[in-house]
Formats: sequence, structure tokens, C-alpha cells
Amino acid sequence: MLIDPKEKSKSLLRFTTAGSVDDGKSTLIGRLLYDSKSIFEDQMDHIVQSGKRLGREELDLSLLTDGLRAEREQGITIDVAYRYFATPARKFIIADTPGHIQYTRNMVTGASTVDLAVILIDSRKGVLEQTIRHSFIASLLDIRHIVFCINKMDMINWSQEGFEKIVADLGKLVKKLDIRDPHYLPISAKYGDNVVDKSDNMPWYSGKTFLHLIETIDIEKNKNPENKRFPVQTIIRPHTKEYHDYRGYAGRVAGGVFRPGDEVIVLPSMLKSRIKSIDMFGKTLSESIAGDSVAISLEDQIDISRGDMIVAPDDLPAISQDINMMVCWFNEQPLKNGGKYLIRINSNEAGCIIKKVNYRLNINTLEKDTENTAVQMNDIADITIKTSKPIFFDSYKKNNITGSMILIDEGTNETVAAGMIV
Amino acid sequence: MKNPLHINDEHLKELESEAIFVMREVAAQFENKALLFSGGKDSIVLVHLARKAFWPAKIPFTLLHIDTGHNFEETLIFRDNLAKEFGCDLIVAKVQDSIDKGRVVEEQGINASRNKAQSVTLLDAIEEYRLDVAIGGGRRDEEKARAKERFFSHRNEFGQWDPKNQRPELWNIFNGRKHMGEHFRVFPISNWTELDVWQYILHENIKLPDLYYTHRRKIFSRNGTYLAWAPFMQLKPTEEVFEADVRCRTIGDITCTGVTLSKAQSLEEIITEIAATRVTERGGRYDDKRSEAAMEDRKKEGYF
Repeated sequence: MLIDPKEKSKSLLRFTTAGSVDDGKSTLIGRLLYDSKSIFEDQMDHIVQSGKRLGREELDLSLLTDGLRAEREQGITIDVAYRYFATPARKFIIADTPGHIQYTRNMVTGASTVDLAVILIDSRKGVLEQTIRHSFIASLLDIRHIVFCINKMDMINWSQEGFEKIVADLGKLVKKLDIRDPHYLPISAKYGDNVVDKSDNMPWYSGKTFLHLIETIDIEKNKNPENKRFPVQTIIRPHTKEYHDYRGYAGRVAGGVFRPGDEVIVLPSMLKSRIKSIDMFGKTLSESIAGDSVAISLEDQIDISRGDMIVAPDDLPAISQDINMMVCWFNEQPLKNGGKYLIRINSNEAGCIIKKVNYRLNINTLEKDTENTAVQMNDIADITIKTSKPIFFDSYKKNNITGSMILIDEGTNETVAAGMIV
Repeated sequence: MKNPLHINDEHLKELESEAIFVMREVAAQFENKALLFSGGKDSIVLVHLARKAFWPAKIPFTLLHIDTGHNFEETLIFRDNLAKEFGCDLIVAKVQDSIDKGRVVEEQGINASRNKAQSVTLLDAIEEYRLDVAIGGGRRDEEKARAKERFFSHRNEFGQWDPKNQRPELWNIFNGRKHMGEHFRVFPISNWTELDVWQYILHENIKLPDLYYTHRRKIFSRNGTYLAWAPFMQLKPTEEVFEADVRCRTIGDITCTGVTLSKAQSLEEIITEIAATRVTERGGRYDDKRSEAAMEDRKKEGYF
């Protein structure tokens, strides 16, 4: 049976939550876990004990996600924490990210692998700078589904008018940022209104509850069903009697659908061949789609190594040494204009020089700054690089996998930036 | 979950695909590669995933077992058979040797355990065999410090983890670059939950040691946890050894692995039992109960 590449995934949803502690983010996650019975007795025990030691009077569900000693002591989230829960409808992975501006890099990290982002807004405060920042980062990372939770509705007397005013403001932002699938929910995480159960306090709201929404939302399984992209990770050569001549190109499909018999071209050599078979642990597959880890073997013996890419002959990605992209800077050492770094894009690696910082973005106001272009930690900037060899890539909007890269400092080996190709 | 036996293989397929991707990155980015093998279900699943990732070639990782000497006998037999069946190289590093060499001092007293001492043996083995990567079966859902762990987790030249200063890890781009003497720990099943592991074992029909299924065993109760009795364990005067039908939910060092009263004979029964439980898997692990940040502290020292 053939798989429909546009089939919607129903089983696993990865989402991130942005917002600071004051917005009720931890309360919302805590309530989801608690109401879906995903907090276990010994974990609850820990939270109670830990809370007592820290002198908290009320049950503090944030202690569940703040896993490091320093986080619990200071009462802040420093790094991404992952949480898992399941309902009969779906399994969920939450990347719980810090919301403060000084942890923008951690928010980008946590948000880079998700299908959906939840942005919390305090109903009394409406759209703030941080709402703009979180929404911008979500759109920068091309997260298609954004759920705006207008929280603390109890504090504004469950007012429909108050809710609608915020939704109108958000609508302008959504348009400006080109967010494809926005949702707006009035909730009270503290009292549970519209989180798992429908609110009796807001009969005027006829939409889904938060849980029902994330249980039923359609997620594109294969975000790029048209363009065949297969970055080669490693070569499998068994050297056994039975599989003496076997050469499998191991990798995870990054776009399109691959089938035996397909004509393909290998980058950068530009040599053509046909797919002989697609294998997985003794099984020969009739096709594979984005996300599948498989081994592809070709009809012809051609030289292929890690970092190469197998694509369709009539549909090549961009091939260039000059790349323009948006970066989020992660390192305490600021970006060195004219400096050299390593890039890693899929399984490919190359050297690069930063040619130009085109502008720095003020992520609170979305204004472009072309005057002060010194890129510091947590900054987002538009830059141009030149690579040491031709690189094959797509724009990030077209393909999140073949359009994303990291920059590495060769001296320290640290990952200093994330890049999204424009 | 309504029916935990109804396996949605779509999510398992996604988790499997992710784990295989990570394993292949390890194969491509490192030189001397080991897979930490304890004989427990998570490491058995890792071996299965590695076989799938590199089929029809052999697994490109050496199996490394850190042997506390306080084992369930069945685990060792299972380990040797598995290594033989799949043609894997196996290194056994013994905590007893580290004690004999004076590298660690054995804990004394009632709660004595060699759990912490394993870190020293592990780091010594990494140095001795010049390993630059060790793959582990750690999962983020196991414990709160583990929830913060990256897939590719950097260790400095002392084998230490710096949780406050981890490398950002974006998309599926893993940066395994390091200086001489440093190494990485890699956790391919980071995103799996306990239930995912069991459902996968059922789905793939993976062989496990009998300890995971119900069996009759001598046990005793300590601080609300049932522990398996072994001749070298010291009992408090109030503690009494008795026989019961039990199974292991996790398998580690016998001195700190709790057992569960259970009559589950099949994977289906185990999954039903786990889906209904209200205590986490490590709730029975005595080693985690030592302090609030027991796991974080051990991990900083080089623990698994």
C-alpha cells in the first residue's frame, strides 16, 4: 500500500510554550500534566517536599519542570526542559523554554523542532513587547501553528470584549509576521477554564478547549512532499559474503518521496543513477517519505560520501558559495564580522567567512537596524556568508531541513549561531 | 491511555527514525565508539536500533558493560548471549578492579552501594580504551536532571557534565566536535517514554531477560521500596526477607534496583500494568532517593 505523502500525522505532536513565569506558563503545563494524569505520585511527592524546603506556601508546579539545582534555587527556567504526556488521542512532547530576553537562544533551541507554539498573554496586559518577540521567533522558525492563549481571564471578569480587543491586536501582528495558522483561546490556567474542560464562566466562547485543540490539530507529516532531498549521513558496506557488493547510503529523507526505479542525481558530483532499492533491516521498501531513516542503494557504482545529497535531476536545490540568512547568535563572544567559522548543514560541513551583517533586528519592535550591526548574544541578524566550497541548500521556508545550519567556532568547538537561509 | 495495547506504530516509527538518525551521526562523527550496555531493557533496545541503523553491516559500536559485581546473574548470561548472537565486541569494566586499585573507596554500612563508584570505573574505561563517545539509554522522561539533557552531551577532559552551559542543539544538527581528551555521551532514545520503550519491545518482538517477567524471589522492604535480597546485602534488624511474585521494572545494580509485586507474564500484561501505574520507573531506584539533586550531582561527576 502506498503512503499518501500529504497524510496528516495524528500521533505525535511536538510543541513549545513561550512566556515568562508570571504569564502562567508553568501553571498551564502543570495543569495539562495534572489533569491528564501525567504527574506521578513520587513526582508529586518531590514537588511538595521541594516546595516546603524552598518555603513556598502553595503547590508550585514549576518545580516539576525546573530540573536543575540552580533553577529551583533561583525559581527561574534557564534551559529547555522536555516533558512528555499522552491522551488517548495523541502523544505530546513539550519543549518548555524560558521566556526572558536573555534566554532567547534557549527559546530558539527549544522551538527548532516543534510543530506548534503556544504563546501566553496576560489578559490584563494584552500584547506586550515579549508577545511580539515570542511571535516573531515562532515565525522565524517557521512554526505554522501558533496558539495564543489569553490567560488570566478571571482577572478581567471573563470579559468577551477584553478578549476580542486583544485578538484584534494580535490579528495585526499575525498579518505582519505572516503566521499561517493562528488560534486564539480565552483561558484561566489557574482555575482550569478552557484548558482541559470547557469554561462555564465564558459561555460566549464556542471554540475548542486548549487540550482538544492540540489533540485534533492537523500536522503536516511531510512538510515538503514535492522536492526530493536525501542528505547522505554515512555509507553502509557490510564486507560479508552474503552482502559482498552491498553499498547502502544511509540517511533520513528530508523532502519528497523516493521510490525504487527513480532517476536521481548526486550532489556535488552531478552523476546520475537510478534507485536500485530502499532498505530497512532486511525489508525492501516500496517508497520512503520525509522523516524516514532508510538506506538507499543505486544501480551504478559512483563515488558518494557523507555530506553529499541525492535529489531528482529536474529539481535541484540552490548550489552556491554565497548564502544569505537570518541568524540567532548564541555565544558570549560576539559575531566577528569578516571572521571565519565552520558551518554544518545537514551532514555537510564547510568553512565560511562572514562577509556582511546586513541588519540587526530589534526583536521587540521588529525594526531593522543597519547602523549598529554588532551582533551580540541573543541577537537576531540578517547576514551574508561565503563558504569554502559550493553548498547545496533550499530556503528555510521551503525546507526546514535543507535550509537550516549551525555555525561553529573552530577554536572552542562551540555552536555559536543558528542560521535560517532566506 | 484507554487501551495501551493498541499500538500506534506511527509515533513509534517517528521515534525509531529519530534514534536511528542519531546513531548514524555517532558512527559518522566519532572514532572510538562504545554503546553502554547494562543488560537492561533500554540498552537492549539500543542494540536493536543499532542493528537496524547499520543493517546488513554489523553494529559499529563496542558494547561496554560497567559491572558493579552486584548483578542479577541472569543479566550476565543474557549479555554474553546477546553479544555472541549479534557478533558484537564486548568490554566488561569491573568496579571491583577500581576498588582493588584504590581508585574508589567502597561505601560501608546498611545502604552501601556501588552505584556511585560506577562513574569512576566508567571514566577509567573511557580513558583506557580511548573512547570518544559512549551511547547511553538515558531518557528525558526518567528523571528531572535527565529532562535537561541534550542528544549529544559534551563531557570535558575530566568526564564532567556542565548542565548550565550546554551546547545549543538545533533541529537535527548535532555538533560532536571536541578537543583531545574530551568525549560525548549520546542518548538516541531521549524522547522515548517508558511506555514507548515497552510498546516498541512488543512491536519489534525484542527478547528480554526473564527478570522483567514475574518470578518468585526473596525480597525485603526498605523505606517503602521492595529490594531483591542477595547474600552480600546487610539487613537492618527490623527488615525481614520473604518470598513473593515480583518483576523488575528497571534492572541495575541489585543493591539499588527495586522490584515490583507483579504477576505479569507477558509483554501485553506488563504494558497494561505500566499504563496504569502511578509511580515513575525510577521511583523504585534507591540511588535517586539519596537527595533532591542526586542524579544531577552524579551526572556532573560522569555518571551514565
